[in-house]
Amino acid sequence: MFRNRVSFKSWSVFLMIILGFSCLSGCAGESGQSGKSLLIWHWMTDRQQAFDELAKRYEAAYGVKVNFDLYAPSDAYSQKVRAAAQGVNLPDVFGILAEKRDFAAFVEAGHILDLTYYMDENAGQWRNVFFAKALQINEFPAGNIYKVAPGIYGVPIDTMTIQLVYNKDLFRKMGLDPAKPPVTFSEFIGIAKKIKENNLQGLVSGWGEYWLIDCFANNYAFNLMGQDKVLATIKGQVPYTDPDWIKVLALFKDMRDSGLLYSGAIAMVNKDAEQAFANEKAVFAFNGSWCVNVYKEMNPKLNYGVMLPPKISDKYPVSIWGGAGSSFMVNARSAKKDEAVKFLKWLTAKEQQVYLSEATNNLPANKESLNTIPKILSAFAKNIDYTTHPNIWGVSEFPLVVEALDKGIQSIIIGEKTPEQVAQEVQRTKEKEIAKKR
Amino acid sequence: MKVKATLENYLFVLPAVAIFSVFYVIPFIWVFQLGMYEWNGISVSRVFVGLSNFKEILFGDPVWWQAMRQVGYITLFALTFQNALAFMLAMACDREIRLKNFYRVLFFIPPVLSEVVVGLVWKYIILNSDGLVNHGIATVGLTNFFNSWLSLPNQPFTGNWTSHTNTALTCVAIVHSWKGFGWGFLIFLAGLQGIPRELYEAAKVDGANSWDCFRKITLPLMVPVIVLVAILTILGTMQSFVLIISLIGGELAGHTTVPVLRILASMRGSSRFGYACAQGISFGVILVMISFIQYKFSQKFKQA
Repeated sequence: MFRNRVSFKSWSVFLMIILGFSCLSGCAGESGQSGKSLLIWHWMTDRQQAFDELAKRYEAAYGVKVNFDLYAPSDAYSQKVRAAAQGVNLPDVFGILAEKRDFAAFVEAGHILDLTYYMDENAGQWRNVFFAKALQINEFPAGNIYKVAPGIYGVPIDTMTIQLVYNKDLFRKMGLDPAKPPVTFSEFIGIAKKIKENNLQGLVSGWGEYWLIDCFANNYAFNLMGQDKVLATIKGQVPYTDPDWIKVLALFKDMRDSGLLYSGAIAMVNKDAEQAFANEKAVFAFNGSWCVNVYKEMNPKLNYGVMLPPKISDKYPVSIWGGAGSSFMVNARSAKKDEAVKFLKWLTAKEQQVYLSEATNNLPANKESLNTIPKILSAFAKNIDYTTHPNIWGVSEFPLVVEALDKGIQSIIIGEKTPEQVAQEVQRTKEKEIAKKR
Repeated sequence: MKVKATLENYLFVLPAVAIFSVFYVIPFIWVFQLGMYEWNGISVSRVFVGLSNFKEILFGDPVWWQAMRQVGYITLFALTFQNALAFMLAMACDREIRLKNFYRVLFFIPPVLSEVVVGLVWKYIILNSDGLVNHGIATVGLTNFFNSWLSLPNQPFTGNWTSHTNTALTCVAIVHSWKGFGWGFLIFLAGLQGIPRELYEAAKVDGANSWDCFRKITLPLMVPVIVLVAILTILGTMQSFVLIISLIGGELAGHTTVPVLRILASMRGSSRFGYACAQGISFGVILVMISFIQYKFSQKFKQA
């Protein structure tokens, strides 16, 4: 009996202790950190070392400890941030890996601080250090479709452009001048013959991932029909069965038929594609400026140049996706938001941006640091004026329509469907989504 | 006193009940509840839509059912090819053969490897002209035979096993079976070793040959094990997706789409958390139904 009582009591005490600890640990979330410190979440594995070094410098200068917590891969990071948002448990500073509508949802839910005041103070001193295109991605203009209060909600820490790169040594091997990459699409297709004669492979990209196909197709949609018509299509005013869209889709058929595409490119993630280009198996690659660091690690001797996608029309300029590469947002609920803003101002100042650019081979967000960056990065930066990005268009296509377009392009590359069939399928999806929304 | 004793008993099961509730029951109810909302996973507000997400899955999402058919193909492949291979190898290792322990370890290596690693390794084996498979085919002079056999109108086959509509899904099924047969092998072997040897000896005294022994002793006594392996195979295969990403790179124009990839697409691509939850629940219900039907069939078979 006594034993039973002791057992009952000790179990009760034990459970109480466990419950007590659980409650205490539950209460001590991310915001439980005390003292002069900042917590930053990010996904950029290649930048962790540089961030740690900058954190040390900042602590030495200002006495504030900055912890950069890395969560990789980016998919896992993205889920972590969403989960933390649902639990209102975000760190002082974080990045968002999502489309503009999700960005807007974060702002609407009160998770992100409006930085317009800080950007504009002292006659726009902070705002003026950035490339305008880089800042634009983090901006919600007045009257935006997401109904977010106009303002700047993120700080770009670097920029990027997605362009074509070509192997200069393989160009020479084919008897081509590396200083004169193809300018028109017909010149581009024409090189396919030489590529085959030399037993090489042509254009490689991670077209197993939809977004890179989407990006390539959009470049040519802008070039062929101009921004207004592309946006009109997204708004539902122009159908995807329009002849211009069919022409865009037919480009993929032309590339396939000419043998310009790398064999099996549509079953490749971008890392595989980067490996193929770095190993000099492909003459061209469609990739972002982050590739400079990747290629350097994979093959330091790789001799390559940067070029705009060869134009198909002279009516409109060629557009490429670009702008802010990675951005940081300040948690609007953080008790240390002023300190966080102060740190981000320091991080985006010229000296730190030059260091970041040199250490990680990424394009800086601060335009003043452009003169000091490596030559190949400058080549990527040269075309920043041609950049556009879905996040600045002010309208968003239905995700299922984007998916149908990208899957359709894969079908064209496989040879399963014609551009006309794909255009009709995409339009059907679009109409279905519009009807669903109604 | 009795109340106290009862309370004490409940106290002992409380941790298990609490853990089960927190990690299984509550999330399930919550996911089901979320399945009845239109929600982007970030906003504070959600829109209640009742059962319309479930209705959309059933009647308005052909891609979902295409994914179900495709995962059904992989599962059928695994149920037959993978489990037959596992059973045969288990039978071979159950006998007194040389190096049987070595084989047991060898066959169990693929299941312990990560799906990502398996996908990447197989990609290099089967992907391009330098790959082992194409090299082997070229060596025996069968390149033209495969190229003409697997080609489709407008889709010549040139050795790209993972990016051709005729071969991509089968590649996934084969690699998945290669990776998964070790589990079946291990369970079958344990089952075979549980059959008393005296039964075989007595049958042999009565004049039974090897086929008779297999048909009349091994197979009937292995039914519960076969059912277990089949259910585990179905549950494991239906939920596969990592291998597809690492081997194929994605959905390959829809030809390698499977339900889990669709759930991920709804959650991340379309930001439809509610719909993704409804897909998850529907998928879970389908898995439970398949397992239940299979269990009922096996019970009937056992009785017969």
